[in-house]
Amino acid sequence: MPKLTRRALARTGLAAGGWAGIGGPMLTSRLAYAQTPAVAPKKGGTLTTILTPEPPVLVLGVNNQGPTQLAATKIFQGLCQYSFDLKPLPQLAKSWTISDDGKTYTFKLQENVKFHDGHPMTADDVIFSIMKFHMELSPRAKPIFANIKEATAPDPLTVVLQLERPFEPFMLMFDATACAIVPKHIYDGTDYRTNPQNQKPIGTGPFQFVEWQRGNFIRMKRFDRYWTTGEPYLDEVIYRIIPDSQSRALALQTGQVQLTQANDIEPFDVPRFRAQPNLEVELKGWEYASQLAWIEINHRVKPLGDIKVRQAINMAIDRNFIRDRLWFGIGKQATGPICSTTKFYDPAAAKLAPHDPKKAAALLDEAGYKPDAKGVRFTIKHMPLPYGEVWTRLSEYFRTSLKAIGIEVVLETADAGAWARRIGDWDYETSVNFLSQYGDPTLGVERSYVSTNIKKITFTNTGGYVNPKIDELFTTARESSEPAVRQKAFSEAQKILCEELPQIWLLELAWPTIHDKKLHGVIQTAMGPNSSFDNVFLA
Amino acid sequence: MGGAPLFRFVLQRALKMVVMVFAIITANFLLVHAAPGDPASVMAGEAGAADPQFMAQLRAQFGLDKPLSTQLWLYLGHVAQGDLGMSYRQQRPVAGLIMERLSATLILTGSAFVIAIFGGIALGALAARKVGRFSETLITILALGLYATPIFWVGLMLVLIFSVWLDWLPSFGMNTVGADLTGFAAAVDTLHYLLLPALTLGLFYMAVYARLTRAAMLEVASQDFVRTARAKGVPEGRVQRHHILRNALLPVITVAGIQAGQLIGGSILVETVFAWPGIGRLAFDALLARDYQILLGVFLVTSVLVLVFNLITDLLYAWIDPRVEVM
Repeated sequence: MPKLTRRALARTGLAAGGWAGIGGPMLTSRLAYAQTPAVAPKKGGTLTTILTPEPPVLVLGVNNQGPTQLAATKIFQGLCQYSFDLKPLPQLAKSWTISDDGKTYTFKLQENVKFHDGHPMTADDVIFSIMKFHMELSPRAKPIFANIKEATAPDPLTVVLQLERPFEPFMLMFDATACAIVPKHIYDGTDYRTNPQNQKPIGTGPFQFVEWQRGNFIRMKRFDRYWTTGEPYLDEVIYRIIPDSQSRALALQTGQVQLTQANDIEPFDVPRFRAQPNLEVELKGWEYASQLAWIEINHRVKPLGDIKVRQAINMAIDRNFIRDRLWFGIGKQATGPICSTTKFYDPAAAKLAPHDPKKAAALLDEAGYKPDAKGVRFTIKHMPLPYGEVWTRLSEYFRTSLKAIGIEVVLETADAGAWARRIGDWDYETSVNFLSQYGDPTLGVERSYVSTNIKKITFTNTGGYVNPKIDELFTTARESSEPAVRQKAFSEAQKILCEELPQIWLLELAWPTIHDKKLHGVIQTAMGPNSSFDNVFLA
Repeated sequence: MGGAPLFRFVLQRALKMVVMVFAIITANFLLVHAAPGDPASVMAGEAGAADPQFMAQLRAQFGLDKPLSTQLWLYLGHVAQGDLGMSYRQQRPVAGLIMERLSATLILTGSAFVIAIFGGIALGALAARKVGRFSETLITILALGLYATPIFWVGLMLVLIFSVWLDWLPSFGMNTVGADLTGFAAAVDTLHYLLLPALTLGLFYMAVYARLTRAAMLEVASQDFVRTARAKGVPEGRVQRHHILRNALLPVITVAGIQAGQLIGGSILVETVFAWPGIGRLAFDALLARDYQILLGVFLVTSVLVLVFNLITDLLYAWIDPRVEVM
């Protein structure tokens, strides 16, 4: 079985950290970093877990919301996935080569891959997914795939992508969440968003869609003709829709579900689950997303455009408090605009001024913002992020810590719809925001700081920060195919941004994955619970 | 009351209801669109990245680029033809989505209603009979306690006792997924899941009815015709049931009529705590996503139900108390 061997080889690479000494079939468990003794994979069993909020549809591309990614990655797969240090690993692509000029990418596909309706998956499906499906649907993929000059299939199991210009982070665009491979014979020539098959998604993943009772559950069963012999191990995966966070915690506590992920469990509930003997809490698996949370600042609002004001706000905030008291030790204090888990992070360049309210007050005095009789220098508005309890607490902490240096913060609440609209319309003074970095600053960091991306739309440079030097550095990094050149540009950008603080970065987010100790292999890659679960098993 | 006047009454009411429903739709439409944000901005927010063409494309696809008055006119036209439109996010017909969820809500609120009415009237009647005795005090305290306790807290306590400590009943959901039960077994399974949410929702209203029934029965019991009945030698049980309870029921029915309408919309909290896939949560999720079509559809269906319940209440009056005439 040559195919199995190759997969096993890929796993060896993955396992190198923790499992170097163990060879042979043991590796198929892919328990890359687990500290528990190896358990032999076992067939059978139903995994019941939670999904919240309920996704609108389960086709990646048509919708790319967090919950959609969690559930749909069991049904759809990408060409590759990523190790914790963001090296590409095979999934539907068995191997790949990149030409020396960085312009030709050749993917060899796995053999015997079938869609759930029995159609074989070939290079045509891959090319369709990249060049048409995601090109039309995904605002994230479009500008990058637009750089593909030509996509060809020399044979049914080979895809060649010819780029206009070299693009170093290109390989980070091929996991299921960025570019899921969808069946051409179902989608080509139709309106992708309204295709009736969206209600009954068909992919190549280890689990096939069975039933979705809205507001109740999504049920998937083992795909018997899955391309890796013997996998998947689980018979069924069931996602229960449980909207209330305390009900979710209860479901986990009583064993009615065996797995929770993402924001299922509020951070303040995590300590008690750490203490529950049958459960394991894992924090790895978010390296690809690497979400960075920050105080979103609208530079058009006076006096927030003043660099001294932003520096003072930065020093007024205690990031240790945020991590330890609000997030209960989950995540990591931010050190700059690039997460420590993202490529080209430079610990030497990314240095923020430490927490020092006295110095912050002095800086404001110096800049001419004197306190009035009540001790108030000026008042700013703040719109909390409407994504749950912990974000409200963060905004309350922000108000308290700014009050200490004489800045009055008025909270104005908005629900998710109003929040997105107001951020997109630049109709805010300060807020909280978090963005994914997708492994490379060009993919996920640049967009928030370059002046060419100041747009009336969420997740652009909505704050309106302008610095020609920063524009130049990010352009250099985007256009160069030399990692060293890119590193130099990113390092300098990190240094400048840490000085100018276009946003006040707070926390590198991680989300707890909590599971029954009987469930093995949940977190094996940087995709965390957004992976296909083909080798997850209950034993 | 005869057949013809009753028919005329119902017909008149039905005509009024149609006018009212369209007025309600218009008001709802304007209200829903007054909230800041629209489905396109929510979807862009969820996508984690967006560009202006993408947003414009979405808005055009949903018809949100047209003037509000045109949108309203189109919507009214579609509703008149029985078409509630498509959900923006789910790309499925709204009528189907609502029907899927309506039955779950009706099962929940219907059971809660039955628990509340029968439990409440029985407890109230018992309390009225045993005035001054220990059992009356007990019922009064219980009713007051349930009436004063927040509904979600009752839910959490029931879950704590029956799911966590005793492990008898599941704490969320509507059925066992993957068991593939049918017929009687499926009904028993759902009943298993139904018990806690129905009790939670029903206990509050049960307290209301118990207090109401007790007060009304005590008032009626002191009236002359009751004394006359007793003097005639009518057995006590019959006096209680026929003379007192029946006359005491009118205020209970009035309140029940109003609450039957509220039960549809008022179950959101219970649906959320128990992850019950009902219409309340459908509406709530749609509100957050600015899925106007679903929201308007749910409002429409619930307002029709409220109007129907009001009609039934009026008809019930006449049946319970022949002195009331339908006009």
